[in-house]
Amino acid sequence: MTPFQLVKPEELAYLLPELILVGTLIWSLLLELILRPRQSRFPVAGFTLLGLLAAAVADLRLLGEPARTLFSGMIVRDDFAIIFQLLAAFAAGLVVFASIWTREVSDQPTAGQGEYYLLILGATIGMFFLVAAQNLLMLYLSMELLSLPSYLLVAWPKRSRPATEAGIKYVVYGAGASCAMIYGISLLYGLSGSLELHDLNAYVAGLSDQTALPVATFLVALLLTLAGFLFKIAAFPLFQWAPDVYQGAPTPITAFLAVGSKAAGMGALLRFLYLGLCVRGSADLFTALGGLHWPMLIAVISALTMTAGNLIALAQTNAKRLLAYSSIAHAGYILMGIPLLSVAGLTAVIFYLAVYLVMNLGAFLSVIMLENQGLPPEIKNYRGLGARSPAIAIAFSVFLFSLTGIPPLGGFIGKFYLFAALIQGRLYWLAVVGVLNSVVSLYYYANIVRRMFLEKPLDETPVPASPMLRGLLAVLALITLALGLYWIPLYQLVEFAASTLGL
Amino acid sequence: MLTATNILSWITFTPLIGAALILLLPGRKVKAIRGVAVLATALSLLFSLVLLSRFDNAGRGITEFQFVAQRDWIQAFSIQYYMGIDGLSLPLVILTTLLSFLCIFASFGIERWVKAYMALFLLLETGMLGVFCSLDLFLFYVFWEVMLLPMYFLIGIWGGPRREYAAIKFFLYTLLGSVLMLLGILALYFASEPHTFNLPQLILTSSQWSGNLIWVPYFWKIVFVLFFIGFAIKVPIFPFHTWLPDAHVEAPTAVSVILAGVLLKMGTYGILRVNYPLFPEAAHWFAYPFLITLGVINIVYGSLCAMAQTDLKKLVAYSSIGHMGFCLIGMAAMTSQGFHGAVLQMWNHGLITGQLFLLVGVVYDRAHHRDLDGFGGLAAAMPIYAGMVSLAFMASLGLPGLAGFVSEALCFLGAWPVFPASTALSVSGVVLGAAYFLWAFQRVFLGPLNPKYEKISEINGRELFTLAPLALLTVLIGVYPMPILNWMTATLNHLQEILGVAGRGM
Repeated sequence: MTPFQLVKPEELAYLLPELILVGTLIWSLLLELILRPRQSRFPVAGFTLLGLLAAAVADLRLLGEPARTLFSGMIVRDDFAIIFQLLAAFAAGLVVFASIWTREVSDQPTAGQGEYYLLILGATIGMFFLVAAQNLLMLYLSMELLSLPSYLLVAWPKRSRPATEAGIKYVVYGAGASCAMIYGISLLYGLSGSLELHDLNAYVAGLSDQTALPVATFLVALLLTLAGFLFKIAAFPLFQWAPDVYQGAPTPITAFLAVGSKAAGMGALLRFLYLGLCVRGSADLFTALGGLHWPMLIAVISALTMTAGNLIALAQTNAKRLLAYSSIAHAGYILMGIPLLSVAGLTAVIFYLAVYLVMNLGAFLSVIMLENQGLPPEIKNYRGLGARSPAIAIAFSVFLFSLTGIPPLGGFIGKFYLFAALIQGRLYWLAVVGVLNSVVSLYYYANIVRRMFLEKPLDETPVPASPMLRGLLAVLALITLALGLYWIPLYQLVEFAASTLGL
Repeated sequence: MLTATNILSWITFTPLIGAALILLLPGRKVKAIRGVAVLATALSLLFSLVLLSRFDNAGRGITEFQFVAQRDWIQAFSIQYYMGIDGLSLPLVILTTLLSFLCIFASFGIERWVKAYMALFLLLETGMLGVFCSLDLFLFYVFWEVMLLPMYFLIGIWGGPRREYAAIKFFLYTLLGSVLMLLGILALYFASEPHTFNLPQLILTSSQWSGNLIWVPYFWKIVFVLFFIGFAIKVPIFPFHTWLPDAHVEAPTAVSVILAGVLLKMGTYGILRVNYPLFPEAAHWFAYPFLITLGVINIVYGSLCAMAQTDLKKLVAYSSIGHMGFCLIGMAAMTSQGFHGAVLQMWNHGLITGQLFLLVGVVYDRAHHRDLDGFGGLAAAMPIYAGMVSLAFMASLGLPGLAGFVSEALCFLGAWPVFPASTALSVSGVVLGAAYFLWAFQRVFLGPLNPKYEKISEINGRELFTLAPLALLTVLIGVYPMPILNWMTATLNHLQEILGVAGRGM
């Protein structure tokens, strides 16, 4: 056995994206200290953006290289991790960009402006490690690295009662889920004798020969560990925190949690399930090891998540809260692809996440732009917006219909691949639940559209918007439309990444 | 410019180009916007007439198409841009371009957000034409859904008092049907070898699939029903019809015309285009007893409901449910006359109901209500209008010599040898139709003139212009329907061959 050496210097080259982000964080901190008297938010935000961009470029340069395990199996640099890191960088970059022009953020005392961007950066580093972790301890630590800045970000507007309340709720709920998860991980360690997913895999493979007791213990450990993931992606039964937190947090942070956090949590969940509990067979299919029926459990969770999210969303009157329930429903849709144990299902999941990122960020950006102009996110305030601000109203509608899954928009293609994978994987009941849910969701999405276009405005004054956000909104809307007409480049990239996962 | 391979794309996308141009115009240039809309629909109509002149009546259709355009769109999933027409789709393409052109004129009364209205209307036309021309099921689905958005806004923004309710009801119903259809499309894709969305190829190879079929022997029936529900909601077939009266009544006149004239036909078209040739055995299983029963219910129930209405537009809406029932019994019988009758009925219903809704719009624009009992003696004040209405009513109730009679008679002739009892029941629909139309005519036009409407103005030139072509065609087809029947004969014969009933009812 070779002597234990945690960090081999040559491995650092493959950690470049993460190192760039950490470096950006440190330098931003210094920058913030130096510039604080000048009271300008642009340098730190701009520097953060540059760092995220550089990390994404570094990631792209590593794309397509053979998978490489780093630091004695702690993390792995494969295309699966890279695609999720790109998604995280994209989400964080857009949120930072939008935050610069968000009045909810910029109206806060300037003293705290720098730390806002630092915290986003910290959470992004957590996401980067989370989706690359191949060791349960590493996975847990990265999850915490993502969670702690998120708690702070939610409560960041210090004088805002809703934000503080949301922050407390988030931290209490998160601590509970985190405890359950670490307890589950400790049980898994006790059973398998290792924290590495590969060793867990070997242990699970031998589980079917065991007596009932270890299997039962293992199932308990599995459920406890899953709790951490389900909390992060806001899935049934651990989604109750989401509406309050989403509603109370500053809107850019809500968007960050709804897309970034969810995507990273989903990536980690995929790796945990597919690397730890599956073996890859022929024809791009996986087999669940040890005769465990967790795919059925995930399928049921998926059905319950989307149904609960959609049904509760029907009753919402606040746009942020509505989007919170909608994002719960979307966690359900995305989970549909996981029990299929096929590369097609995996591809559909990641593809959907990518499309969801664009359209959901767009929807939140619309809310931000309206909030900037003094329209709080109560849906009744959007009355007649089609006449007052056609550009925002049209873009918002594009995102909402895309979330519903109406062609020719990206959301439809995402759902199409999910349903196709379900039909191919012969999980018909879930496909039926899924399509019926998307019909239900039309009602509440269209309700916002109805307010904007079908009702006459109370006053006709136009709603202005900053040109930067206007431009960003247009770009996101165009991407949403383009993904509905020609999506092959993204699909191929995602399929390529998905096929690298698994033993 | 127009070649055999690109003419369908020109017909389909000319309105979309028009919509794009309109979006570039400033909203206050109403005349220019209307001009572009007229031009785009006129060009599309012109191209479709060129198509008609080049159409070969002898083409077999169903699996062999004319004017085919085929390009790869998404290779990885073998999705193609695949368009083509046959004797089944040709009449509907021409009906669509004609009605859309006329409806642009009927929309000149719209004053709020003309730019958005016209752009959405043109987008709707592209969607409709795409549905009738596409032969790739994925493409078909995309066009099918693309229509929903403009329709939602057209009803929801420019509709009547309950427009919001009607618009979302229409949207939810149709989306429910189409997502089930999407599952059906995916089931077919994964059952086929090699996997494809190509409709003719699916029809030709479906008998040879074996390994991928699931739930044999129920597979075909299940997929048939998934598609059928999607199409039935559009027709609409009882019990999926409740969106229709709301949508028709609340929609602005031109949109009602398109809804009744074209959108309803998509349901029956889809059943003939997809369900019948792709699942011949399931089609026989379904035709009797289900489809024929639903057809009879549609006719009798729709007509009875129409009779109970006091709102003229609602009366026309319910009469549509009844008239689509005639299509259904013709289709269920699977005889030559039945099929000819059904397809001709689609076309005729488009012409006649189009006129009815336009005529309702004319009186509504003047009186601002449509209450049957609120008029009285209008014939004295508006003789030309009364004449046009009586022509449309007579055509709709099936007076010999007018278009409606020919197709209804063909449907009955076709259904009689197969389902004598059901046919006998459905003939009552004609009697009921005569009853409610004549009764409505009497209440609105006959008797002493209601003094409130002494000064009501006669139908104007623009309104006559939108009605005249439809009225003329109604008379022409009523007298000599052969040209139109000839377009479809070869295709329908081929459909009968595929269904294994070649020559039934010849």
